[in-house]
Amino acid sequence: MGQVAQLVQGVLRRNRRSIAKAITVIENNEPEAPKIVAQLFQKTGKAHVIGITGPTGSGKSTLIEKLIRELRKSGKTVGVIAVDPTSPFTGGAFLGDRVRMQEHSTDEGVFIRSMANRNATGGLSRATKDVIRILDASGKDVIIVETVGAGQSEVEIVKVSNTVIVVLAPGLGDDIQAIKAGIMEIGDIFVVNKADRQNANKTWSEVQAMLEMNTEEKSWKPSVLKTKALTGEGIAELLARIEEHREYLKKGAFEVHRKGEAETELVEAIKQKIVESIIADLRHTGEWEKLKQKILTKEADPYSVADEVLKKLVHG
Amino acid sequence: MTAERKIRVLIAKPGLDSHDRGAKIVARALRDAGMEIIYTGLRQTPEQIVETALQEDVNVIGLSILSGAHKVLFPKIMELIKEKGMDDVLVFAGGIIPQEDIRDLKRIGIKEVFGPGTPTGTLVEFVQENAKR
Ligand SMILES: Nc1nc2c(ncn2[C@@H]2O[C@H](COP(=O)(O)OP(=O)(O)OP(=O)(O)O)[C@@H](O)[C@H]2O)c(=O)[nH]1
Ligand SMILES: [Mg+2]
Repeated sequence: MGQVAQLVQGVLRRNRRSIAKAITVIENNEPEAPKIVAQLFQKTGKAHVIGITGPTGSGKSTLIEKLIRELRKSGKTVGVIAVDPTSPFTGGAFLGDRVRMQEHSTDEGVFIRSMANRNATGGLSRATKDVIRILDASGKDVIIVETVGAGQSEVEIVKVSNTVIVVLAPGLGDDIQAIKAGIMEIGDIFVVNKADRQNANKTWSEVQAMLEMNTEEKSWKPSVLKTKALTGEGIAELLARIEEHREYLKKGAFEVHRKGEAETELVEAIKQKIVESIIADLRHTGEWEKLKQKILTKEADPYSVADEVLKKLVHG
Repeated sequence: MTAERKIRVLIAKPGLDSHDRGAKIVARALRDAGMEIIYTGLRQTPEQIVETALQEDVNVIGLSILSGAHKVLFPKIMELIKEKGMDDVLVFAGGIIPQEDIRDLKRIGIKEVFGPGTPTGTLVEFVQENAKR
């Protein structure tokens, strides 16, 4: 049996090592990656994908640990993908989220994987989406994706999740101001964590007020919950709200969502294929180096060079 | 299609140590050398460490220990690694480990043991040279 077939079989049999190896293939964008995804595709689509985002240190990982615990009590299996940034300078990354979830590391019904975003702009959602598919095909009922809410990643989390939870905390006031533009629009559920802290009520009212400013007519009204992730208070309520959102999606919104998703994915996939094949051709003919040289020597700017490439493609 | 392979390293703290300064210094040095570091946190059992390494599909495990429990914990960890067929994973250890124990540890498959004060550059080089990608 070839490597791909072996991994696919392993994933379907819920073999943890196969799941881990398949994820690595996706992460490294190895040539086998699309084959694995293609072969698992029909076995996906059953899991509920929960995206969790919010500022650094708001308690996302701690909250996820408690969610896992509750979900396991009700017999659900859980996959977690914890994404952290890659340093643009060194290419390295410190992936520390799972420290908070280690209690579940030996539970057969839980699979936790840390991922660095590898400076992917827009590419994160593709890799993450495919890693979700691996976990989905391996039979996980719920898949939780953690990302830090900053810049690009918050848009990405929407692309891969069914339910988006934005986790905020008191004491990150300036942050809330800074991120509200991007983050307030993406949450299906808002959580003010660290409710044990004094100024939690103030944060809660601020978030509530921001949501009320949004007058757009929507059939799903995001609500703001309070949690104490350290003790687990508020987790049951959060899970109940997640379940409500899942029910809401099932009643139709889900189909609309999935159609949009399918379209975005198709566009992305086409873009990627085209770009990759153009670049591969240019490399193959040696043209690539020459074009790069033009930019380095300031003979031409990148856009003019790209135009030149395009013209040659169109006119042969 | 460009493959983007990275060395993934699990920095693990078996045993009951109550601080992890050493582990964090090692983690930072390897990260700054362009590797992806997964950290377990304190007080991990051998089962937790090996299962984490498996799920994270790391190329390298660095074990950091101060408490002197290496004689019990390290063989258990190496046994689990073999059991799960993860023989291609490079394992090294650091911390306070008496000279006379080092040979035994190497015999069970721990590739190298680094004492306190080892320059981080030495460690980085060791991992870069020995990790299987
Ligand atoms: N007081 C209080 N502290 C909390 C609570 N939840 C989490 N913390 C603490 O907040 C800190 C950050 O928690 P994490 O769960 O790592 O936060 P995070 O959002 O995952 O952080 P990043 O992944 O680094 O963005 C830790 O020291 C937690 O113990 C809470 O409900 N109350
Ligand atoms: Mg975290």
